Amino acid sequence: MSRPKTIIEKLWDAHVVAQPEGAPAFLWIDLHLVHEVTSPQAFAGLRARGIKVRRPDLTLGTCDHSTPTTPRDLPIIDPIAAAQVAQFETNCTEFGIPHFGFKNDKQGIVHVIGPENGATQPGMTVVCGDSHTATHGAFGALAFGIGTSEVEMVLATQCLLQRKSKTFNVRVEGLLGNGVTAKDIILALIARIGVGGGTGCVIEYTGSAIRALTMEQRMTVCNMSIEGGARAGLIAPDDKTYEFLAGRTLAPKGAAWDAAVAKWRTLPTDEGATYDKEIFIDASALEPMITFGTNPGQGVAVTQAIPDPGSVADAVERETLKKALAYMGLESGRPLLGRKVDVVFIGSCTNSRMSDLRAAAAILKGRKVNPSVRTMVVPGSMQIKREAEAEGLDQIFRDAGAEWREAGCSMCIAMNGDQLKPGEYSVSTSNRNFEGRQGKGGRTFLASPETAAASALAGAVADVRTLLG
Amino acid sequence: MQKFEAIESRYAILPVDNVDTDQIIPARFLKTISKDGLGDQLFFDWRYEADGSPKPDFVLNTPEAKQCKVLVAGDNFGCGSSREHAPWALTQYGFRAVVSTSFADIFKNNSLKNGLLPIAVPADVHKELMAAAGAVKVNLASQTLTLESGKAVEFAIDAFSKACLLEGVDELGFVLKHEEAIQAYEAMNPPALDTRLVNA
Repeated sequence: MSRPKTIIEKLWDAHVVAQPEGAPAFLWIDLHLVHEVTSPQAFAGLRARGIKVRRPDLTLGTCDHSTPTTPRDLPIIDPIAAAQVAQFETNCTEFGIPHFGFKNDKQGIVHVIGPENGATQPGMTVVCGDSHTATHGAFGALAFGIGTSEVEMVLATQCLLQRKSKTFNVRVEGLLGNGVTAKDIILALIARIGVGGGTGCVIEYTGSAIRALTMEQRMTVCNMSIEGGARAGLIAPDDKTYEFLAGRTLAPKGAAWDAAVAKWRTLPTDEGATYDKEIFIDASALEPMITFGTNPGQGVAVTQAIPDPGSVADAVERETLKKALAYMGLESGRPLLGRKVDVVFIGSCTNSRMSDLRAAAAILKGRKVNPSVRTMVVPGSMQIKREAEAEGLDQIFRDAGAEWREAGCSMCIAMNGDQLKPGEYSVSTSNRNFEGRQGKGGRTFLASPETAAASALAGAVADVRTLLG
Repeated sequence: MQKFEAIESRYAILPVDNVDTDQIIPARFLKTISKDGLGDQLFFDWRYEADGSPKPDFVLNTPEAKQCKVLVAGDNFGCGSSREHAPWALTQYGFRAVVSTSFADIFKNNSLKNGLLPIAVPADVHKELMAAAGAVKVNLASQTLTLESGKAVEFAIDAFSKACLLEGVDELGFVLKHEEAIQAYEAMNPPALDTRLVNA
């Protein structure tokens, strides 16, 4: 009998096209997602070489990053963004790539539209010129972000030169407490291992707390694998995965579906397989998390005090923490709870799906956001927008005093006009609190949709558990 | 890609851990559809005041910085976004190598494809470099970094990336030469989907 393998090794082995002497492996890519920001230079490269896209049938495009979230009948005001979105549509059309342009009714964030349309499937290799591609790992796919040179390589050859990563088992056991979410699991993990803790690794999330998550919650966890430095993060497929996929546009149908499910059932890690690295997290001990600093690893439980740079031994590490607190305008030794905020952003590839919107709406229903806070709700895709409206969620948000916008990355990356003003504070359900990430000089506290909604009501960082009976 | 030549240069010190690619080049400059003109935007928000004047205490605004082909920075350099604009901006500014104790995976891959050498050194060597500005020699062929003190440190790089840098090999050209292997894989592995059905 062959050696027991992890799902990560199984995925790797099934996709090696060639292993030339002295070179990295050629890894076959089953699905290549493309968006407007990291692809134009790759298409220009193809044109310069006179090469076609090898497999447009395995490529899917959407515009999201520099795409406005104002009503779609309005033009794109920023001429540079308008040119980029127009170039994207020209490129996809010229090279025969199926895509959702600015006015397409299926447009959305690239990591939302893949699963939504059934493009993301277990056992696949998925790449995109975007570091949050690990989102698709929730389906038991090996999914990772690549640079623009690699986008060009995949467009041209459907292959990528890759070196095998280490395997990292993040085991999460136990029941989450009331008000504690998938977002808190991943923020707690990153706070523990640091933003470089997963470098060189592909994470497999295992354990009862992970199995208990819905597919949308699993996407939230896998999405932020890169914030722990990991190349990718994935979760073995199970019945929840198949139930989510069944009937979606690009999922297999009929006999092909049965054959696919039978194959997918062989993917989970074999009994007795070992990992290069392991860590254990007790889900029952977790609390709602919030970040205080300028990287996603600088997070604490919402009731916990901000750490003191004076207690850090390493000089550069100490200076880095001091620099972060100076940028954030915060003092150590006190919790963030009660800290006034200017903006609440609910959206991004981390937290813009139906369950995220429902969770935020449940908190906001029948209440009013604090008048000093601008609250923005940005659905992950136009399909989600319609579904939320059919459920009346948009009305709950509007009645509470929040903005209900069109789909896109929006204030997660602040390329589309949705941004903080210098010095402003936000509670954001996105994935990065880097300096200026949500607008030059803006200051971000990352948290779950529940914590964000509770903070919108309070006008300050809040503990959602006080609102839950 | 241009061949990577040996470097002998002063270095600039950026004593910050976890420098993310949003700092290397802020997202608002990513609306370009070109690779050019990014050197002026390198570390833009650390480099310039709101009115556009240079911040005098930022390392790249010192008179010596212009001569530096090597940047020495804190742990885990290049974390965050996959934007290849980060190594484009660093090389267009004039850097040919970055020294740290560790690099984020995607940044490292992107750098190697753009003639920018990421050099990971042990903590003690890193500390010596961070202590005071000076000059270093980088020899990729022998994989050595020589400090001002004369101390020579060997650094790791995979053989393929090294050969690509030294010989200026085009990686896409290399893969395109293996058309037969790609066709054989395609023939054995029918696709799991057809994205063209998405608009149906």
